[in-house]
Amino acid sequence: MKNRGFLLKNVILGIIVVVLMVFPLIAVRNAEFAGADDKATEAISQVDKNYKPWFHPIWEPPSGEIESLLFALQAALGAGFIGYYIGFVKGKKNVNR
Amino acid sequence: MKKMLLSMVFVLLIFLTPQIAFSMHIMEGFLPLKWCFLWYGASLPFVVAGIFSINKKVKEDPKLKMLLGFAGAFAFVLSALKIPSVTGSCSHPTGVGLGAILFGPLTMSVLGLIVLLFQALLLAHGGITTLGANTFSMAIVGPIASYYIFKGIKKAGGKNWLAVFLAASIGDLLTYVTTSFQLALAFPAEVGGFTASFLKFMGIFAVTQIPLAISEGILTVIVINMLTVYSKDELIELKVLEKEGKSL
Repeated sequence: MKNRGFLLKNVILGIIVVVLMVFPLIAVRNAEFAGADDKATEAISQVDKNYKPWFHPIWEPPSGEIESLLFALQAALGAGFIGYYIGFVKGKKNVNR
Repeated sequence: MKKMLLSMVFVLLIFLTPQIAFSMHIMEGFLPLKWCFLWYGASLPFVVAGIFSINKKVKEDPKLKMLLGFAGAFAFVLSALKIPSVTGSCSHPTGVGLGAILFGPLTMSVLGLIVLLFQALLLAHGGITTLGANTFSMAIVGPIASYYIFKGIKKAGGKNWLAVFLAASIGDLLTYVTTSFQLALAFPAEVGGFTASFLKFMGIFAVTQIPLAISEGILTVIVINMLTVYSKDELIELKVLEKEGKSL
């Protein structure tokens, strides 16, 4: 029974996170949701009009699609290991029981 | 009217896309040389100490390797998730609070650096020249804050979940306060100087980050909840839980 309370608690917490993520999409519907860094770039050029970035990324993902591929890959690698770990410790616990 | 707006957004997108280097870290080339060196220098001792600390921990107990990988994986996932915020722009959590609570801040200076390096090299997110500064904010200031907030609240007799939540979310937020601080130092405004710039960058980074920081706090509580059930021995060994600690 203790396990059910634990699960319920985590599910409720998970729902709060989802709400926090979705809320901005509804609340500020016509925003463009660019990266905060783009705004910073703008702000820098306002403060110092002459500033030019003096170094550019050695390699840049050729398109937004490739970039999201790599981001997805990063998340997948991490999530994969997390899943592996949970399975591992859960299995271990069951064996020890 | 709507059509016009849409096409305007479209034009704007075309115009912006080639130079979008999504990053909530400081962008490549956007710190003057002197500051690049300064932040590299500031980060180096922490990273070196971090390598020693990890070696020592793993040697003492090789079992912890898995949990260490878990903390790194958590940071990997969270920093890949670009999440919309109420300011109408996007940012991502850092995910380093969890590792800081488990292993202490020095360990995370290394793991955070690895995440940042991956993103700088493969994703043009952040950058090599700004790696020192970004490491300092995300892998040093954030984890140190998380660690001491966690310990402080526990010592004051606070609930475990509250300590975890505040540690992770405030650590996340302070990372971006640091980013704003670094940018303001490098780019003080003509009128108002450092303070004016600082407030401006805070408005961009820190305000966007608030809901994300709350999300990160909650996600970290979920993960620690889970670890309390399945990896209790490790948590007790790392002094995250008391011997008789029950779930959060």
